[in-house]
Amino acid sequence: MSDRFATMKQEILDGIEKHAASRAEAFELRKQFLDSKIGKISQMMKEMKNIAPEERAGFGKGVNELKEWAQQRFAELDEKMKARELKMRYEKEKIDVTMPAVEESCGNLHPITQMRNQIIDVFAGMGFEVFENREIENDYYNFTALNTPKDHPARDMQDTFYLSPEFLLATQTSAAQIHTMENKKPPIKILCPGKVFRSDDDATHSPMFHQMEGLVVDEKITLCDLKGMLDVFVQKIYGEGTTTRLRPSYFPFTEPSVEVDVSCFECGGKGCKLCKGTGWIEILGAGIVNKKVLENCGIDSEKYSGLAFGIGLERATMLKYGINNIKLLFESDLRVLKQINDN
Amino acid sequence: MLVPLSWLKEYVDINITPQELEKKLFSCGFEVEELYEVGKEISNVVVGYVEECEPIPETHLHVCQVNAGAHGTFQVCCGADNVVKGGKFPVALVGATVYMTAKDHKTVEGTMTIKKGKLRGYESEGMLCSGVELGVSENMYPGAGYNGLLVLSEDAEIGADVKPILGLDDWIFDVSITANRPDCQSILGLAREVAAVLNQPLKAPSLEYTETEMEKEGFRVTVDAPDLCPRYIGHYVYDVKIGESPLWMKRRLALVGQDSISNIVDITNYVMLEMGQPMHAFDCNYLEGNEIKVRRAGEGEKIVTLDSQEYSLTSNNLVICDGIKPVALAGVMGGLNSEIRDTTAAVMFESAKFARDNIRKTSRGLGKRTDASARYEKDVDEYATVHAMKRALHLVEELGCGKVSGTHVDVNTGNSVEPREMKVSLRKVNDVLGIEVPEQDVLRIMKNLNFAPAINGDELTLQVPAYREDMDSYPDVAEEVIRMYGYEHVEPAFMPAALVTMGGMNEKQKKELHLKKALCSAGAFECIHYSFFSPSDLDLLRLPEEAPERNTIRILNPINEELSLMRTTLAASMLNAIARNQKKGNLEGRLFELGKKFIPKELPLNDYPDERDTLCIGVFGEKESFFTLKGLAEKVAETLYLKFDYETGEKTFLHPYQTATIFCQGVEIGYLGKVAYEVAEQLDLRTSAYLLEIDMKTVSERKADKATFVPLSRFPEESRDLALVMNKEITCGQVEDVIRKSCNNIKGIRLFDVYEGEQIPRDKKSMAFKVDFVPGEEAFEADSVDKFVKKILKNLKFHLDIDLRS
Repeated sequence: MSDRFATMKQEILDGIEKHAASRAEAFELRKQFLDSKIGKISQMMKEMKNIAPEERAGFGKGVNELKEWAQQRFAELDEKMKARELKMRYEKEKIDVTMPAVEESCGNLHPITQMRNQIIDVFAGMGFEVFENREIENDYYNFTALNTPKDHPARDMQDTFYLSPEFLLATQTSAAQIHTMENKKPPIKILCPGKVFRSDDDATHSPMFHQMEGLVVDEKITLCDLKGMLDVFVQKIYGEGTTTRLRPSYFPFTEPSVEVDVSCFECGGKGCKLCKGTGWIEILGAGIVNKKVLENCGIDSEKYSGLAFGIGLERATMLKYGINNIKLLFESDLRVLKQINDN
Repeated sequence: MLVPLSWLKEYVDINITPQELEKKLFSCGFEVEELYEVGKEISNVVVGYVEECEPIPETHLHVCQVNAGAHGTFQVCCGADNVVKGGKFPVALVGATVYMTAKDHKTVEGTMTIKKGKLRGYESEGMLCSGVELGVSENMYPGAGYNGLLVLSEDAEIGADVKPILGLDDWIFDVSITANRPDCQSILGLAREVAAVLNQPLKAPSLEYTETEMEKEGFRVTVDAPDLCPRYIGHYVYDVKIGESPLWMKRRLALVGQDSISNIVDITNYVMLEMGQPMHAFDCNYLEGNEIKVRRAGEGEKIVTLDSQEYSLTSNNLVICDGIKPVALAGVMGGLNSEIRDTTAAVMFESAKFARDNIRKTSRGLGKRTDASARYEKDVDEYATVHAMKRALHLVEELGCGKVSGTHVDVNTGNSVEPREMKVSLRKVNDVLGIEVPEQDVLRIMKNLNFAPAINGDELTLQVPAYREDMDSYPDVAEEVIRMYGYEHVEPAFMPAALVTMGGMNEKQKKELHLKKALCSAGAFECIHYSFFSPSDLDLLRLPEEAPERNTIRILNPINEELSLMRTTLAASMLNAIARNQKKGNLEGRLFELGKKFIPKELPLNDYPDERDTLCIGVFGEKESFFTLKGLAEKVAETLYLKFDYETGEKTFLHPYQTATIFCQGVEIGYLGKVAYEVAEQLDLRTSAYLLEIDMKTVSERKADKATFVPLSRFPEESRDLALVMNKEITCGQVEDVIRKSCNNIKGIRLFDVYEGEQIPRDKKSMAFKVDFVPGEEAFEADSVDKFVKKILKNLKFHLDIDLRS
């Protein structure tokens, strides 16, 4: 009798050895022995009634042991098969990780908008509100109120597009200063981004470009505050360690007026191609608000003083990202727009 | 403005290098755009004395023994026809650099280095030079223009460097002068600043002259347009001898690019460059009526200027006339009729001040810019007007080219600017700067700038020179002080006394940025296009004559026709952007612009026009369709907490059957659609393009939902798929509308299939919708949803004759 059990065991082991290449085959094999109806071990169980009664207990025990043993073998086999199949599945899914990525279709803000937002972030933290002015201005706000009367030679500094004798395309965002000061009393801290227009069209000039005007009006505002504020600004935009240099200039609406140079962020001031060997890059115009401008807006120039600055966004953007032609900013070439993602 | 260092040195001692001076000028407000050495390319050229000079047989050459003093004596072969024994010529030693000329010996073709050579078997160590080879013109050195050797004077020291002799050891500063400093538009004006910044005295040029008793009887000057001519000074000079100017004057003129013409004309140019006051000299022989009259030109009145150009004038132009006719276009150029000739025997010098705006208008209007008009446009101070005349008369005497009569006519129309006193508070000056400038420094600086300062307590008293018309109050003084004291003294501070303010963007600005970012996240790239466009863009859009978009604001002085109209739609710029991309091989992409369109209230403008914020989206490529763009429209709606509705629409530049008008709360806000084939063809588009435009101003006036939370239903939701058969004309929107109105428990309706074909009647189509039902306060009963569906089907049948597909 025990021979039969041994033979069956051997048969199972042989089957596992030879006929169980997959989980499906293993399942079939299991069925051959353990299926409750057709399985060979189940069949043996059914022989019980033919067994001599005195041998029944021993036989039953033997079959049960065999069944348990077989179940264990098949469970082991199943584990083994599972592991093997998982491994095969993984192997089949092997990829070449150096193949190109699937493109993530996310767009970008325009480089000018990106720069504009970065600047707004810096100044918003200092308490500046954002005020956007119209693109079409009248002569008073664009020139006269900014201390540039009709016969003033400074009008030549900006070739103006006229729409009528009175209306024109804003040549500077400074008109926003006047609108603000007419409607708001100090303390004033505003930032005015906007489109401006000048009749100039070449490799470095575009007839439309963007400026960001800043204005502070409060008590005891000085050139030192202008310097301090712009130092913080350039450090945030162009990196720690960047400094500014003020030098005299002229704008009708500020007195004193300064050009502000930033230490070259490419070479750190040693002199390179970007700064043309000078270590400095011209970045914006600024000054103490001309007291005539304050007075034109009904602000007491004895009590209050102000500072103003105007940043050319194209220039700032081109410098920051190394864009070499202003025209690229207005051509909407996707090859350009895709590159600048400092959003 | 070009400023030769040698000329500057006449008025102020300069003991620093040109590079150091450049830095000084920069720090006090005068940017040097370019600094260059006149004889930069020339080196190792010395005075050579030709001791022997023998012709080389059968050639035009001579072999010479040239004594170069301490440098030695060299054998040099020379082909010039004026080489002669005993002559002194510039000799370029071996290793010297000079200009290389073409075969004509005149055209410069770069530079060359002199090497030892052999000509026809003769050793040659060096080269005798012409004026051209040294970059010296006739005006820099007499005889330098000769096509042969430059002959040096007999007293030239043998072996000495020729650069100082020829004026090549000079530097030219190209200085940019800001608009507030017209007084610095001259060598003397800049010298004043240099003297101040170097703490050196200014050596003013001589204004001395002696008037003779001679008078021009009855001569009159009248100014009929005092508003355009505040000051006119005329002086009569007789016994004029027209001839060449002396070398020093010719050389200075040459260094700043001014040709020498004749002594009298040169004097007028020299004085303008030196003092900033344009001057003119009329030949008295051609002045009729013994008078000068300054008046507005008559309409259509003609003048021929010195350069033989004829101009037809208007009453906006100011002319200088004699008793009969115009003899000069005031402030711009003299008339040909009274120009200085070789025969001129008497002249009337003019030194005048004209209104800057008028000269600018005349100059612009006639397209005629001259050195004189450029200076007048920026303003000429009266200090210069008076002094320039004296200086010119002094030079007439110095050059011996005429006699100064006693006829001096000075018409001052009462607008003259005189030196004035100004008192400012020192504290206020320092308050502008934010630093305390020591009193002695303020005194030193203002003294150097000729303000004769005095301090009494807090009060600074200044005597403002007449040429400083820009000085008005304490901020001007602050600027003078700090630009000389040095901006490096300005210490960074951070508004210690200022009040705290709230910063950041307002709601509208935040919403705009949010919208832009949402579009970026949908794969779209932001564009910025010009606010102006072309009349041809309106044609591209096939807009009819009466289309509102054709009611544009025109720029009176556009750069060109392409940039002449303010945009009334953003569509054309977007189409052009798509076309540009396709030309560069970008065949698919998504672009958007948030810009303005300009709607005039009336034309011509006499009020601000309506500047309407507008969103334009353009998508193109094989992956795009009407519905991908509609997806972006829905994204816009969702971002703004609004709902958009779409109806079949039409646009002249869009596909007749793939265009929708967009509504929001019943108000039309824009359109979207496929770009029409004829437009696509005109732009050479290679893939389909779709365009959307939304008037954000109108959208912003709609009442938006708020971001609110709808509680989740505690009970399970259910959905049903309904395949419906209907007439082909019925739209998805119509079906959705009926379904929605049939039941209050509908959460969502989504079309998921459209079918036309054999399985349904030929004149019908099938649309399949997924309808989601959400329970209210109580859970659905077993048959609730079936009841809803039944009602929906009943309504569909009743309103649209729609059946459930069997």
